[in-house]
Amino acid sequence: MRAERIRNNAFEIGAIIIGLVMLSPFVLVVLNMMKTSAKIVTNPIGLPDDLSQVATNFKNVITNSNFNYWNSFASSLIVTIFSLVLVTVCASMAAWVLCRNKTKWSGFIFMLLVAAMVIPFQVVMLPLLSTFRSIQDFTGIQFLQSYGGLIFAYIGFGGSMSVFILHGFVKGIPVELEEAAAIDGCSRGKTFFTVIFPLLRPVQMTILILNGIWIWNDFLLPSLMLGLNGAHKTLPVAVTSFVGSYVKQWDLILSAAFLAMIPIVILFLFAQKHIIKGMVEGSIK
Amino acid sequence: MKKIISIAGFVAAAALIGFSLFMDLSDSVNLYLGDIELRGPLLILGIVALVIGIYSLPIDKANNKIINILFLIPVLLTFVVTVIVPFILGIFYSLTNWNGVGFTKFVGLENYVTMFQQNDYIYSFVVTFLFTVVNMICVNVVAFGLALLCSSKIKGTNVYRAVYFVPNLIGGIVLGYVWQFIFNKVFIMISPESMLSNPNSAFIAIVIVSTWQYSGYIMMIYVTGLQTIPKDVLEASGIDGASPLTTLLKIKIPMIANTFTVCIFLTLINSFKQFDLNLSITGGAPTRMLAGKAVQSTEFLALNIYNTAITKTNYAMGQTKAVIFFIVLAIVSLTQVALSKKKEVEL
Repeated sequence: MRAERIRNNAFEIGAIIIGLVMLSPFVLVVLNMMKTSAKIVTNPIGLPDDLSQVATNFKNVITNSNFNYWNSFASSLIVTIFSLVLVTVCASMAAWVLCRNKTKWSGFIFMLLVAAMVIPFQVVMLPLLSTFRSIQDFTGIQFLQSYGGLIFAYIGFGGSMSVFILHGFVKGIPVELEEAAAIDGCSRGKTFFTVIFPLLRPVQMTILILNGIWIWNDFLLPSLMLGLNGAHKTLPVAVTSFVGSYVKQWDLILSAAFLAMIPIVILFLFAQKHIIKGMVEGSIK
Repeated sequence: MKKIISIAGFVAAAALIGFSLFMDLSDSVNLYLGDIELRGPLLILGIVALVIGIYSLPIDKANNKIINILFLIPVLLTFVVTVIVPFILGIFYSLTNWNGVGFTKFVGLENYVTMFQQNDYIYSFVVTFLFTVVNMICVNVVAFGLALLCSSKIKGTNVYRAVYFVPNLIGGIVLGYVWQFIFNKVFIMISPESMLSNPNSAFIAIVIVSTWQYSGYIMMIYVTGLQTIPKDVLEASGIDGASPLTTLLKIKIPMIANTFTVCIFLTLINSFKQFDLNLSITGGAPTRMLAGKAVQSTEFLALNIYNTAITKTNYAMGQTKAVIFFIVLAIVSLTQVALSKKKEVEL
């Protein structure tokens, strides 16, 4: 028993040390965003001596025309929330229809959605831009440089995986529930929204988290569609644009990085169990 | 009531769509609200009216089919426009001299031939494969170790799991810039030159960050796997006097072989697709001399495609490289599917 206790103590110390190593980059960000550029260069690991510097740095970053924190934060929020709501609703509807209709067509569409999960973004990104541009020219609907187009693209890219995960779950819901609702005079559309949709909640949570982390952090798609120096920027795009114009200004870059990271860290503190569970379940399926 | 809504929807749809299409086809007529062209918004409104009209059609028999189609359309339309059409166009464009807007001639496989004659592309291919394998091994070894630690009998495993998971929540772009700072300003205190200024150590730097970022996530998958091992099996091996190492090698690892397959393929695919960290840590730099020519020493394939198309505006070549990128990933994914199918048969 004694040997086991010693081993457990050693494990515990190891776990703590690894935890500190894992978090050390974040600690360095917090330490250095409170310093002036000159102090960072002379001593990047020392404690800051003047805490008020952080206010100056934040003010510089937030009002900077490349970073424009509140605008970028709002853009990220708008794009993420609208995409998530629409992907979840649309994918639930599609998964339900595909699961309940055993026709050749529904089988084909489902296979197509699943097979497309193999396609990497890189192979479609260039023609995607030209396709969007053509549709924009023809219909007059703004696709590029607009939130709407970006959200449209996220539904397209996020849809296939979401339908795949939901499809497996819908299978487990007994058809009798829908039949009972139909006998009670409920139309098919209404049956879905009042009976089936609420039952999908646990798996919708998984989809929200998986898509949410991806969309919030995504850089390539918004950078191509909105442009690195466009009128709207999401946070990752704003950080890149900011770093590009302030090379080596580490006090400002680290402040910007902190401001970009903090929303999701706060979210994680409140919902860590759901987030970890959602991301792990999504990957295994 | 339904009838009225339906008819109103159809009439509104016909008017709005008709008018916006008319504005589209005739160049002279156009409506503006301030600076905004009204053609697009009117079309969207028209489509919404059409959907309302169809949804409230007072026919009961055909209703099921209508609902099926209406419910499928949003996902299907966005999916076809953003994935299927660009994918097919992309393969076609790789056979032309496409410049991002249009093309003037069909060149057959010429792009593919030229591509494989370029040193920097071959180099990028090799270095990406190397990174994929090294990163896969590092991430899985670290993640499995952490998983064993986090499912051992120590206190507070939930806290450790959460802490190890944190790096994975934040996007590679932001993390990459933070690490660029650490390599260039912090590590430099103990070594004479920055890790990022030498081709070999810059490669290792990306592996370090990628392992740091990703292992907490893979760890959680291993933890989930380890939790599926029945307690009585582990107890039985303890009673039989098996050492912890024997238990690990003879019981734990064989029993979660499936989890290993999932994790290995997941890391293989994600490492091969690495872009964000690559862009923000090194951006491909530093250069390395190869057969008398300078190449970007840490430019992985995803970044190479991006630079070819966007930075050097060589769209056809970038697209050709992307098609090869897809083929490699498809082969890896198909191997995984085949392997797990085979396992299912054996079980």
